[in-house]
Amino acid sequence: MSSNPFPLSRDELLRAYRTMRTIRDFEERLHFEFAKGDIPGFVHLYAGEEACATGIMMHLTDIDRIASTHRGHGHCIAKGVDVHEMMAEIYGKATGSCRGKGGSMHIADLSKGMMGANGILGAGAPLICGAALASKFRGDHGVGVTFFGDGAANQGTVLESMNLAAVWNLPVLFVVENNGYAEATSVEYATAVDSYVDRASGFGMPGVTVDGTDFFAVYEAAGEIINRAREGGGPALLECSVTRFYGHFEGDAQTYKAKGENEFNRANRDCLKIFRARVCDAGLASERDFALIDVEVAALIDAAVSSAKDAPLPHARELLTDVYVSY
Amino acid sequence: MTRKISFKTAINEALDLEMTRDPNVILLGEDIVGGSGAPGEADAWGGVLGVTKGLYAKHGGRLLDTPLSESAYVGAAIGAAACGMRPVAELMFIDFMGVCFDQIFNQAAKFRYMFGGKAKTPVVIRAMVGAGFRAAAQHSQMLTPLFTHIPGLKVVCPSNAYEAKGLLIQAIRDDDPVIFCEHKNLYGLECEVPEESYAIPFGEANIAREGKDVTIVSYGLTVNRALEAAEKLARKDRVEAEVIDLRTLSPIDWDTVLESVESTGRLVVVDEANPRCSLASDVAAYVAQHAFGALKSAPQMVTAPHTPTPFSPSLEDLYVPSADAIVAAVGKTIARAKAA
Repeated sequence: MSSNPFPLSRDELLRAYRTMRTIRDFEERLHFEFAKGDIPGFVHLYAGEEACATGIMMHLTDIDRIASTHRGHGHCIAKGVDVHEMMAEIYGKATGSCRGKGGSMHIADLSKGMMGANGILGAGAPLICGAALASKFRGDHGVGVTFFGDGAANQGTVLESMNLAAVWNLPVLFVVENNGYAEATSVEYATAVDSYVDRASGFGMPGVTVDGTDFFAVYEAAGEIINRAREGGGPALLECSVTRFYGHFEGDAQTYKAKGENEFNRANRDCLKIFRARVCDAGLASERDFALIDVEVAALIDAAVSSAKDAPLPHARELLTDVYVSY
Repeated sequence: MTRKISFKTAINEALDLEMTRDPNVILLGEDIVGGSGAPGEADAWGGVLGVTKGLYAKHGGRLLDTPLSESAYVGAAIGAAACGMRPVAELMFIDFMGVCFDQIFNQAAKFRYMFGGKAKTPVVIRAMVGAGFRAAAQHSQMLTPLFTHIPGLKVVCPSNAYEAKGLLIQAIRDDDPVIFCEHKNLYGLECEVPEESYAIPFGEANIAREGKDVTIVSYGLTVNRALEAAEKLARKDRVEAEVIDLRTLSPIDWDTVLESVESTGRLVVVDEANPRCSLASDVAAYVAQHAFGALKSAPQMVTAPHTPTPFSPSLEDLYVPSADAIVAAVGKTIARAKAA
């Protein structure tokens, strides 16, 4: 066995790969199933951005909390939300994570520290400040991570939260997933600064930009920030440059993208391919190891889709339940 | 033991008691300590009108002055509540809700439902409501109907110091998000209040005055105007008005309202909010639908006009429903009954 150039063991590397592969397959399958018209509402796919969620979440446990976005499936899977329940939720079934009452944009599992995907852009940032404040009061060393895109980075809630986290020295990691597009509008058009790190400086907190297609770059930068926050070092910002393989939502014709852009990104900026190549080159795992995981993940997603399709719809009485704890 | 204390002191006492009882209760808001980081007294203000004065000395770091940043700190209170704390966020004036409304109606109000019953958000948002303070259009509104409209929120608006203490204690112990509306013109009003802790359950209206001729339904400051009107009616016209203080607008105690109207046959609803889609129109519609047969005359609404709150005292005094306007509305319900 050759020496390990990575900060993770072989088992951890394979676990990271399994998470990324699960996200990719989950999203690719949704793309396929959505086109058939079986899935109600709208879905926003995370394919292409897997290394970002996974590189960060490898540092977290259930005590740490995350606030996600409308493009939340990847964050949920990486944070440990059950894939069967997620799929059933997206199909609007009674066995879903939220009993079919939330859908793709509201998948949550508070027991896993997953405070919800969110249909309101930038809304997770104040919430995660509260989660971090709760951890601070309890002294449990939990950290909060809020994800937002390059578009939502311009929301007042995000900017206010960065100031609040800085003045209260909260253990919060602000993650900008910069995929270049706020829906259909380019980051160059909609954001006045060249780098979101400038925003961090504006609030007196450290910030760093990494190549979000490089799992190891994300993992290392996030680890440093999260460890510091855990020890009381305060908030920081991490900008991950990522690619969005699909449109803003399923059904988006993506005519705002350059010709060949998606094909180029799939060929050259696929975080899974990059990860596999590096780990194989270092001799930490073989193509066979990865292929084995691919088969297992494909079976998992198959099972999740077929059980979601077979699952019962919510009972009509569910319309009126769980508005309040008591009323 | 009871003694006379003001509405403001009653709020302070409720917060103090609950903070002492439960370490998860924390307070956040702009200047609720008032003076954090400044060179003078650490707790110079205790809230812009001094409601939280003295609590910092007792509970220290569990009171947090916030930046002027309503979305961030109200959202943080909501996030902390979803993680097991019981935060009480003070939004100075309810009019500022516009700045942070998303966190309240899209986040706090919906977590439990859209997460399939797996979330609990025990947050209280205290805010001053109401006109009569010469505070003009952006510091005087009675926005209670706006919150009552939203499923997932509870809405409370006490009418005096006794009610304020018991309802706030209940609000803090409640597991759902509560919008707690304090009428700024009630802060100085005193009444007998027990020294000990007590909670007034939500969804139970108080019959503030019994009467057989007409039902007057109200909440907040205008309950006091309704009581004044009832006194006048009894003295001058020998009309006995029953005054119902709703206490909580969501949940709302329909049973008490219906029972009263079934016995009096007449209804006047008094609401300091603007008239359209208000508590006044809500109660009038509900009674018309569920007790139509008992009504001897058309329900009457006494509300602020459909205008922003004016500044000039001469205009503002016309804005808030007066005891005389309530008397006149009662007169209409009786005159119409007689005419029929």
